[in-house]
Amino acid sequence: MHEMSLCEGIIRILEKEARSQGFARVKAVRLKVGAFSCASPEAMEFCFRAITRGTLADGAILEVERTPGKAWCMNCGETVTLAERYDSCPQCGTYELQVTGGDELRVTELEVD
Amino acid sequence: MSHARIVQVERDILGENDRLAADNRAFLASQRILALNLVSGPGSGKTTLLVRTIDDLKDRFPIAVIEGDQQTAFDAERIRAAGVPSVQINTGKGCHLDAHMVGHAMERLRPQPQSLLFIENVGNLVCPAAFDLGEAGKVVMLSVTEGEDKPLKYPDMFHASTLMLLTKIDLLPHVPFDVDRCLEYARRVNPGITMLQVSALSGEGLPAWYDWIEQNRLNAGAATAAVSAAQGS
Ligand SMILES: Nc1nc2c(ncn2[C@@H]2O[C@H](COP(=O)(O)OP(=O)(O)O)[C@@H](O)[C@H]2O)c(=O)[nH]1
Ligand SMILES: [Mg+2]
Ligand SMILES: [Zn+2]
Repeated sequence: MHEMSLCEGIIRILEKEARSQGFARVKAVRLKVGAFSCASPEAMEFCFRAITRGTLADGAILEVERTPGKAWCMNCGETVTLAERYDSCPQCGTYELQVTGGDELRVTELEVD
Repeated sequence: MSHARIVQVERDILGENDRLAADNRAFLASQRILALNLVSGPGSGKTTLLVRTIDDLKDRFPIAVIEGDQQTAFDAERIRAAGVPSVQINTGKGCHLDAHMVGHAMERLRPQPQSLLFIENVGNLVCPAAFDLGEAGKVVMLSVTEGEDKPLKYPDMFHASTLMLLTKIDLLPHVPFDVDRCLEYARRVNPGITMLQVSALSGEGLPAWYDWIEQNRLNAGAATAAVSAAQGS
């Protein structure tokens, strides 16, 4: 489960920010997780709870904002929204699609003491 | 007394891995090494194909291999028995290689300038997709016994890969497997993907795989080595 490594990455980001922005405890972590990113929000929440124990984010809430998958349809000549990477264009039904968004996996905001 | 406040961060969760991958990539480029990250489910034939490829290509240019598995050094031993240097990484509970592990493995392995570096990832069609190692490209391998629907079931991996190798095609007469449909599925998640069909057992399709490697070695700047090695043989 690579969500464990991703959550370790979050802890490293928190520790770095704690030093540079001068805080001791994290109460909430907000993430943007794209529909096409390799992370499942449910698995992230599970791993986050396990891995934050005894750290500066012990007991912190993880808030995940899902961002939609976007693709450029070469047939329609416009950007469309997709639920899955392998979906066809919701407008024309072709697979002439180039994914343009939905890969993000980012910490955006923290609530700290 | 509480001093609760909001802090804006905007940091990529994979940022640390990506930074280390960029270091690896810069090192590889400076040495004109072509690095390929081999990804697949367990047992699709990665090590077998590597051993065969090493047998066929090791006289043309230097080859080295980083082997990733959760446990054992079996695969690195198979590679060394084929006559090229190999370092084994055991990820333990980890289900994928990351750029940090590969950076350290390269320090131990010291691949030669203008060589071909294979990185055999942990057998897993999910997790390795997310972790850039600094490679020139991911090569996803799917054997004909795994079913043609895998590109749709594991879209992230097929999306992240440059080349798809359909392996064990010597078994095609014995298993129902629709090659065209498999390719169509792979193109749905990655319109630019190239597919080659190979058998490490019969040797069928291997020349096209070797041509693909040669072409990409040239792109990596290993032209001089390739030309002089070819003229010397
Ligand atoms: N029929 C056939 N079997 C193969 C071929 N390549 C590998 N195998 C078998 O598939 C199994 C797994 O191979 P291995 O290389 O260890 O897979 P890996 O886990 O991806 O490294 C072994 O039993 C191999 O003998 C092939 O081209 N044809
Ligand atoms: Mg293997
Ligand atoms: Zn369309």
